[in-house]
Amino acid sequence: MSLKSIENVMEKIKKDKIFIFFLFLGFFLVFFVFITLGDMFYRQINDLSALFNAAKDPVVLTAMWLSIAATTLSTLIAFIFGVPLAYILARKDFIFKTVIEGIIDIPMMIPHVVAGIALYGVFMRSGVIGAPFNMLGLSLIDAFFGIVLAMLFVGLPYLVNTAREGFRTVDERLENVSRSLGASQWQTFQKVSFPLAFPSIYNGCILAWARGISEFSAVLIVAYFPKSAPILIYERFTSFGLQSSRPVAILFVLVCLAIFILLRSFKWRKK
Amino acid sequence: MMIGIKDLERSWKEFNIKDINLTIDRGEYFVILGPTGSGKTLLLELIAGFYLPDAGEIWIDGVNVTNVTPEERGVGFVYQDYALFPHITVRENIEFGLRIKKLPKDEIERESSRMMDLLGITHLRNRYPDTLSGGERQKTATARALVLKPDLLLLDEPMSALDARTKSGMQDELKKIHKESGVTIVHVTHDQTEAMIMADRIGVMMNGRIAQVGTVREIFNMPKNRIIADFVGTENILEGFITEKTDGLIKINIGSAEISTLSDLETGCEVNVFIRPEDVIISREPQRTSARNNIEGVITKIVNLGAIVRIEINGELVAFTTKQSAEELELETGKHVHASFKSTAVHVLKK
Repeated sequence: MSLKSIENVMEKIKKDKIFIFFLFLGFFLVFFVFITLGDMFYRQINDLSALFNAAKDPVVLTAMWLSIAATTLSTLIAFIFGVPLAYILARKDFIFKTVIEGIIDIPMMIPHVVAGIALYGVFMRSGVIGAPFNMLGLSLIDAFFGIVLAMLFVGLPYLVNTAREGFRTVDERLENVSRSLGASQWQTFQKVSFPLAFPSIYNGCILAWARGISEFSAVLIVAYFPKSAPILIYERFTSFGLQSSRPVAILFVLVCLAIFILLRSFKWRKK
Repeated sequence: MMIGIKDLERSWKEFNIKDINLTIDRGEYFVILGPTGSGKTLLLELIAGFYLPDAGEIWIDGVNVTNVTPEERGVGFVYQDYALFPHITVRENIEFGLRIKKLPKDEIERESSRMMDLLGITHLRNRYPDTLSGGERQKTATARALVLKPDLLLLDEPMSALDARTKSGMQDELKKIHKESGVTIVHVTHDQTEAMIMADRIGVMMNGRIAQVGTVREIFNMPKNRIIADFVGTENILEGFITEKTDGLIKINIGSAEISTLSDLETGCEVNVFIRPEDVIISREPQRTSARNNIEGVITKIVNLGAIVRIEINGELVAFTTKQSAEELELETGKHVHASFKSTAVHVLKK
């Protein structure tokens, strides 16, 4: 960058005073996140071998795979059932609509430990949901599928709400025109509504996925075993302290971050 | 008969339409003219089947389609802001309906190329809608509807977003398409000039009802009531009473002058007199022939509207004249002039 262009940039900055001020305020939040994680990383730099050991530890790897697989599956389930619901909520007015919207929001508002206790109640052998599974010989408590359902519970509001807002931004008249061009309701959904709402739906999936993988309390209560990554980290922390838990924590953050950046890097908007 | 509407009724949000009875002939260019909020678009959407009526029937081409889905009605529709699919290109927009029909690939290509050619948008084929100008969007939306060769095309304020020049080009284009394809067109607008230019017949819509249906001449020269007259630009609405009647020829006293015309109303009747400003001629000398009415007066206001000049006489009578003739007559406020109009230009309604 030449001196001239630096001058130009300075000139522009002077004209954008409000943004400089806002950037200053906003930077506080960025800094807060950065310093917290940065500190953790910085402390670990002195002991990289522990990090490499953690990355080779089959127990750690299994826990991480389990977390990733469970949240991916829960996101998929949320997608299959959530997108149709989001579409209805965006398009139709009916009695109890606000009630349904409120119910969908509940998992977002209650403490997750409460969610865990509630889920435990319905998942146990005699529980409303647990009993039918139990008849099929499946247990939801301390089981992979229990973890998936707990993640589904805490993640679904994010997907449904984001997808609903996405469908709302699709002009209803586009659907009308599609019908007038001979497309059925199904075809209109496939070719017009869904593709146009997709960037939002995709965002909702990422949020639900992130919410699932970061869930601790609900999973802790429903399924201590098989151990998912947050549980393993917690267990190492309580049993062996910071030295033992931090490498696993950092590894988990790195993996999540990598997946997150990868997912975010897809641009679904048309050019 | 292409469209038959019987006692149609529907409320939707703040709009309400009621008692709609209308028949539109095959191949007709029918304009629904009405102010904003009169329910014109809703009526069009009901014909297309996007919404179902609360009551009444809609017939298209001899079939009762009241409960038929839009995709089965096969009616072309162009919205005010064109509602192009933003995620696909111009060509894909135009081919949308053809692909739904699952036509062979080469036929799809042939048909869409022909349509783009016809409307002169071939060069835009790979562009996305948000990169197009208003006129280009208009053409794309029209092509998208016409490529399916519908018998009926519904246009919702298709030109309101266009600049004056693009508009007149598009009007010619639409007229040409209408003439060549024989498609029945129902065109909604609030613009009386556009209605006058485009329509075979006009239906005036006000407050959710069809107030009057007729030819361009009937609507503009013989409005059924004062509200319609006002809306279609009959600026001269004078009040008076009939003083004399002989052989159907009546004389009306409007206070400052006397107007004669033909009417079947009787002596003593209180009336409204409607005269369109473009039918009034201004001159320096009286033009006394038996077929003309003449009002003497002083110019109270002159407004230059570009090519035409609006002149107010005695503060009650409005006349339009060309800029050139206004200059030739050296018209200016305070000047004494004669305003004349044919007795056939006078429309009289009982008050």
